Amino acid sequence: MIESPVRFVDERLNAAKLLRKALRYVFPDHWSFMLGEIALYCFMVLDGTGIFLAFYYVPSDAETVYRGTYEPLQGATMSEAYRSVLHLSLDVPAGLLIRQTHHWAANLFIAAIVLHLLRILFTGAFRKPREMNYWVGVTMLGLAIFEGFAGYSLVDDLLSGMGLVIAYAVALSVPVVGADLALLVWDGEYPGGTVFWDRLFTIHILIVPLLLAGLIALHLIMIMKQHHTQFPGPRRTERNVVGTPMWPGYALRSLGLLFATAGVLLLLGGLVQINPIWLWGPYETYLSTNGAQPDWYVGWLIGGLRIMPPFEPHVGEYTLAGNAFWGGALFPLVVFGLLYLWPLIDRRWSRRGERHELLDRPRDNPRRSAAIVALLTWVAIPFVAGSTDRIFFRLGISYEAQVWVFRVLAVAGPLLAWLVARRVFANLQRRDVHPLRGWTGRVTRRTASGGFETVARADGDETDPVPRERP
Amino acid sequence: MTEPPRSRRLRDTLLGAALVRLLRRLPASEPPREPGVPPPDIERELPSTRGAERTVLVALLGTVVAAAGFIVLYVALPDTQLLGLCLGLAFVCLAVGSIVAGKKVVPQETTIEEREELGDRETQEEVVGIVRRGGEGVSRRGMLLGAAGAAGAAVGAAAIVPAASLGPRVDARLHRSPWRAGRRVVDADGAPLTVADIEIGGFRTGFPEGATRDELGSPLILVKLEPGEVELPAEQQVGMPSGILGFSKICPHAGCAVSMYRHPLYEPTTPKPALVCPCHYSTFDVRRGGELIFGPAGRALPRLPLRVNAEDELVADGDYLDAYGPSWSGVRQERPAP
Repeated sequence: MIESPVRFVDERLNAAKLLRKALRYVFPDHWSFMLGEIALYCFMVLDGTGIFLAFYYVPSDAETVYRGTYEPLQGATMSEAYRSVLHLSLDVPAGLLIRQTHHWAANLFIAAIVLHLLRILFTGAFRKPREMNYWVGVTMLGLAIFEGFAGYSLVDDLLSGMGLVIAYAVALSVPVVGADLALLVWDGEYPGGTVFWDRLFTIHILIVPLLLAGLIALHLIMIMKQHHTQFPGPRRTERNVVGTPMWPGYALRSLGLLFATAGVLLLLGGLVQINPIWLWGPYETYLSTNGAQPDWYVGWLIGGLRIMPPFEPHVGEYTLAGNAFWGGALFPLVVFGLLYLWPLIDRRWSRRGERHELLDRPRDNPRRSAAIVALLTWVAIPFVAGSTDRIFFRLGISYEAQVWVFRVLAVAGPLLAWLVARRVFANLQRRDVHPLRGWTGRVTRRTASGGFETVARADGDETDPVPRERP
Repeated sequence: MTEPPRSRRLRDTLLGAALVRLLRRLPASEPPREPGVPPPDIERELPSTRGAERTVLVALLGTVVAAAGFIVLYVALPDTQLLGLCLGLAFVCLAVGSIVAGKKVVPQETTIEEREELGDRETQEEVVGIVRRGGEGVSRRGMLLGAAGAAGAAVGAAAIVPAASLGPRVDARLHRSPWRAGRRVVDADGAPLTVADIEIGGFRTGFPEGATRDELGSPLILVKLEPGEVELPAEQQVGMPSGILGFSKICPHAGCAVSMYRHPLYEPTTPKPALVCPCHYSTFDVRRGGELIFGPAGRALPRLPLRVNAEDELVADGDYLDAYGPSWSGVRQERPAP
């Protein structure tokens, strides 16, 4: 049963050698290596559910009057796009399940990518020889955020409209070319020409998914060429890879992760409501609402726009940049610029250019880890500022007070985080304690009589028990 | 002896088939190692699998039941919660089966593989040599390369130029709002708004009669102040009949509709009456004609001068006093005459 297909393929494509290699491909084991896989599996779920949704969606802003089954919107004027998603959600069997699963998958997709990125940054997995693959990954993060935004903008409910007009304002605010850029993308002034909806649809269901699929393939090919990194451990060196082979153990476990991801997303999609668009209502330019929260991955941009002071430089009549540029465009550009440059910065700092196959723990390189914590803080503060309305709702702290606190924190926070993190990581390294489990190290010493003894190191003993190859 | 009922016969057959399949899969004993060559870089362990196999079997049967349940529900009762529960559980069962099979049923192996060396100087030099030799005997190499670069750039630029036809030029369009002197202010249903419609402490949204409501220049927010409450120099106190002020409803920061009006009607009345944008909290002082008092907006909320016609209806008395909509490079420039 196995022989004949193997023979069939091999006699036509010479594929047996490749299969032999693939089946014995080695995966080092660590839970944090699953994060990227979860992102991949979310992408698969997004593709599957997205194809279904695309067959129902109507990319049109043509006005229509709602005559569907949802009573509260009976007779309301709305766009064809919004009506089609209402119909899909409320009248198509399993339609809402698939739409909500798609939405949850998008949220988890980006969350998994971000956690994966943090794992890569904190353990130094971006170092030589993996810089190129790291850049591919950062590009995919950017595309994923854009794709998610495009996705929930397509619905043309009140929430998506508020997001789109902000995107339009950010485009307008770009120095020199902003207005031309915005009019090109929207085919005219906001809300734009009818073709805008076809454009957004094509971008969301064709262009970005294709780019992502291509980059995912590239990402995986590069991983296969280089193998995974691994944490230091028994028998693990900078020149080998120790782990479970693809067949049979790893393939089954990874397949299990795919099914688990799909299962959890479907359970969320069925049982936990997300983006109930029929409650938001259709969008009109003159409507907006307070307490509206976008999907989590744009929160940092909302916050960035919110806490920016009213700074809009102009020379005479010529405006250099609209205020929305700082929080909405420059801030993410700087963050992504730093992410792209990270392997080069790290290489500068370490002044070493050799190949790394063994991972660092965050404490092994306090300076790098502290810098990542600082960058993360710089993004996290606007992210929290993106939900000031929830904070007001829960804690009753006024918007203005909150904005002022976040303005100060956006400047002081990263610096403070850097100082604290640096100390914490350096202390952890010096004492080599696990932050949760306490001291876990043992010291093996040569005794005077020539034997060996293994002892727990006394507190306060500052000597490094583990001989390291670091200078 | 009586025949067992049909359902029981069916059950026995199914169970028997499952059992046969299960037994077939069980290894009789550890397969003999090839003599002499136990691969030194592989640790291989055959777990005791009986219990684990049962778990896998149950999980896979669970998948069958849940997936079948999904199909039945889809036909009979397509309820989102139940459908999600069934299909989700089907996948979760499948996940349990796969993971238990991967960790407890199949041989557990750890292998050590040497990594291949990356980068081979000799081959690199060969590649460089091959590329170099391609230019052998070419006398004006630099010039040709430069020309090729120029040609590539020109073709690239030419190929990208048609992108400019995706949308119109900026020209005067971002300056042009539908408001003209004499145009009536109507509500969302198209009925003209009169002085009596605007009350102190509340606000109304108005639109230019006969124009599209969608564009950013259209929506107007109308508020009324107490007599003498306006804090503007006398020469700017125009276009506000009966203390009614009209502002663009579109925030000059990021284009959201400014749809919150803060107007304390009783003590303490310290926060001034202000229009607040719910997106990023740009706050505009209505007493001072829309001046920014908090938030990120780079400009004041532009005011539309109003007057009242013979029927007491509100009518525009010209275009906005300043540019409307989110800021762009030319937003502060003199508007071209309509």
